[in-house]
Amino acid sequence: MKKVFVVLLSVLCVLTLAGCGKSDNGGGNDTGDGTVTVKLGGSGPLSGDAKVYGEAVRNAAQIAVDEINASDSRIKFDFRMEDDEADGEKAYNAYSTLYDWGMQVSLLTVTSGAGAAVAASYDEDKIFAITPSGSSTALVYTDSKNFKGNFQMCFTDPNQGVASADYLASYFGGYKVAVIYKSDDVYSAGVYEKFTAEAEAKGVSVVYVGAFTDDTSTDFSTQLTAAKDCNANLVYLPIYYQPASLILKQAFDMAYAPIFFGIDGMDGILTLEGFDTSLAEGVYLLTPFAADAEDALTKNFVTTYQNKFGDTPNQFAADAYDCVYAIKQALENMGYDGKMSSEELYDAMIAQFTSMTFDGVTGNNMTWAENGEVSKAPKAVIIIDGVYVSAE
Amino acid sequence: MKKKFKDLLHHKYRSRTISFALIIGAYVIIEILMHSIRLSRLFTGMLVPCCCYIILALSLNLVVGFSGELSLGHAGFMAIGAFTAIIVSGLSTKMIPDTTIRLVLSILSGSVLSGIMGLLISVPVLKLSGDYLAIVTLAFGQIIKSLITNIYLGFDSDGIQFSFVTNELNLEQGKMLLSGPMGATDTAKISNFSSGILLIVLTLYIIYSLIDSKYGRAIMAARDDRIAAESIGINILRSKTLAFVVSAILAGAAGALYALNYSTLQPAKFDFNTSILALVYVVFGGLGNINGTILATTVLYILPELLRSLQDYRMLIYAIVLIIVMQLGSSVRLKRYIEQIKNRFTKKGVTQ
Repeated sequence: MKKVFVVLLSVLCVLTLAGCGKSDNGGGNDTGDGTVTVKLGGSGPLSGDAKVYGEAVRNAAQIAVDEINASDSRIKFDFRMEDDEADGEKAYNAYSTLYDWGMQVSLLTVTSGAGAAVAASYDEDKIFAITPSGSSTALVYTDSKNFKGNFQMCFTDPNQGVASADYLASYFGGYKVAVIYKSDDVYSAGVYEKFTAEAEAKGVSVVYVGAFTDDTSTDFSTQLTAAKDCNANLVYLPIYYQPASLILKQAFDMAYAPIFFGIDGMDGILTLEGFDTSLAEGVYLLTPFAADAEDALTKNFVTTYQNKFGDTPNQFAADAYDCVYAIKQALENMGYDGKMSSEELYDAMIAQFTSMTFDGVTGNNMTWAENGEVSKAPKAVIIIDGVYVSAE
Repeated sequence: MKKKFKDLLHHKYRSRTISFALIIGAYVIIEILMHSIRLSRLFTGMLVPCCCYIILALSLNLVVGFSGELSLGHAGFMAIGAFTAIIVSGLSTKMIPDTTIRLVLSILSGSVLSGIMGLLISVPVLKLSGDYLAIVTLAFGQIIKSLITNIYLGFDSDGIQFSFVTNELNLEQGKMLLSGPMGATDTAKISNFSSGILLIVLTLYIIYSLIDSKYGRAIMAARDDRIAAESIGINILRSKTLAFVVSAILAGAAGALYALNYSTLQPAKFDFNTSILALVYVVFGGLGNINGTILATTVLYILPELLRSLQDYRMLIYAIVLIIVMQLGSSVRLKRYIEQIKNRFTKKGVTQ
């Protein structure tokens, strides 16, 4: 009898999943009053270790979508964000779910590893996508192929490595630099590789390099002691904020106080639960977004975000906010009327993104190259009294 | 013919018959659905990974369930199979344009290499038992992951190039197959659902043949009572090694099938969590219960995707379901209750 039950259960599973096929991706819904609704999808970690990023992106994109839908804009968005746990396999499932839903334009994924797994699928299915924060080049091109419709709002890893070496060369000329990076992480290893090359070219004196892996990411006393022994007075941390928070804590405990210099992965350290934010005082970060900027656009975004979600938006949030507005600008420029087929929309979006200039909260006069990389100016911020302040 | 059919339902072969019927039945239903209605992308996309996890769980059940040893490093074998398959498939793309032959070749080489590693590791590992064995297999999984994380391998007109820890490759018009922590990018997707089902059927055949054989009985005897088994002349070490190596071969095959289903794969995928996930499938389905393992894997793999509509509560509910079923599965009262219902039905069958 149990067996019959078991068979029934499996049949049930099959039927539930079979569902109905997807509706045509092309052609938005013309609602009759002159507005068109575009289905905007995206995936990111909404559970697990990296959920700070996924939530930041979801919240900020939702703010942008709400603002646009409440305005008199002709383009409206139907926004849906799926959980991918920052894992390639789950990201593919999330992508499939969105594809079945009829997604027309996408925010790709929040993290690089997950994005690399679905980048080719976006390309095959011809769905335009721009990632707010997936910084690996694998999201926009590979050695043999350029994913024509995949774009990035953030800097690529190599560009970040180069930019940080340039920044250190011009602002921290005489400093002795130690680097601690995560060797089994795509993001960290990618930045580190380019940083080293550029640092050598620009004459930055790197006195110590310490690597760690996922399995050794709890104790950094070896690396910190070595850095201290080399008299490094600046520690460059091209890593995410969780291990960085431990490094700050352990450096404080051993009374080692160099300047810590992070990149965009450091963003989020102030909202980490259980972290004493006073440890992050004086930490530098290279990021295109500073929440204290005085322009009206940033002020409006930061206030809305704070009112709605209670904390200050980080760079991931800002990038996501810009992504939605950039997509809106492209749709408006092409005069999208909901009558295009999905392929026409895809081609038109690519044509717009490679030709338009966009002003957002993460920079002005942004442009995109054919390969999908963004061009905008990096800024450095410093943490003072628990908030980001522009360093220059 | 009639007698043969009766044989299939004989209690000795019942489990085996149900396993094959389940897999082939599911295959036929899904194939019919695929050709009649347009299935959702989510559903078709989950078929191959689900097959891979079933094979992985079955292979682990051979060690944990039948051989009675706790292995926490099965993701390591899966990783060996996966990356071997990627390399073999990548290198032979030009030589063998036919994807089916290439897939078979890749899976074969992946499982053979994984089996060899299984044999090597079993020599020191199987001299240990219990917690110590678990710890060593855990370390093995981590070592494999770390090794692959540091391999850079590519090929161009000059041939295959390799470097370790730092990337020193300078390829001219070539292709990177493995690039350290980034793993494999740009792999040709050549796995398909039919090959997955075929591999499950083959796995089932191997496992059933093994456990019904003299060697299989020796494996289980060694599990149930080591001293008694030794006293009647069973070579404990050899039995356990056999189970472990067969398990490694199958896990390698699962990894190979998995790797060739995605265009990119990072070594970090095969971390401790994947080993534990496989163990959860096995425990959930019941130690030594093959049909249970197949169903548990299917249900547990699909469940988080079905719960997507619940958004933020998804993982919470998944965890609750897991706890409830684990509790119910071990509840004596529930078992008695099921037994009662079962008896009522069988009695009815007799009177009719």
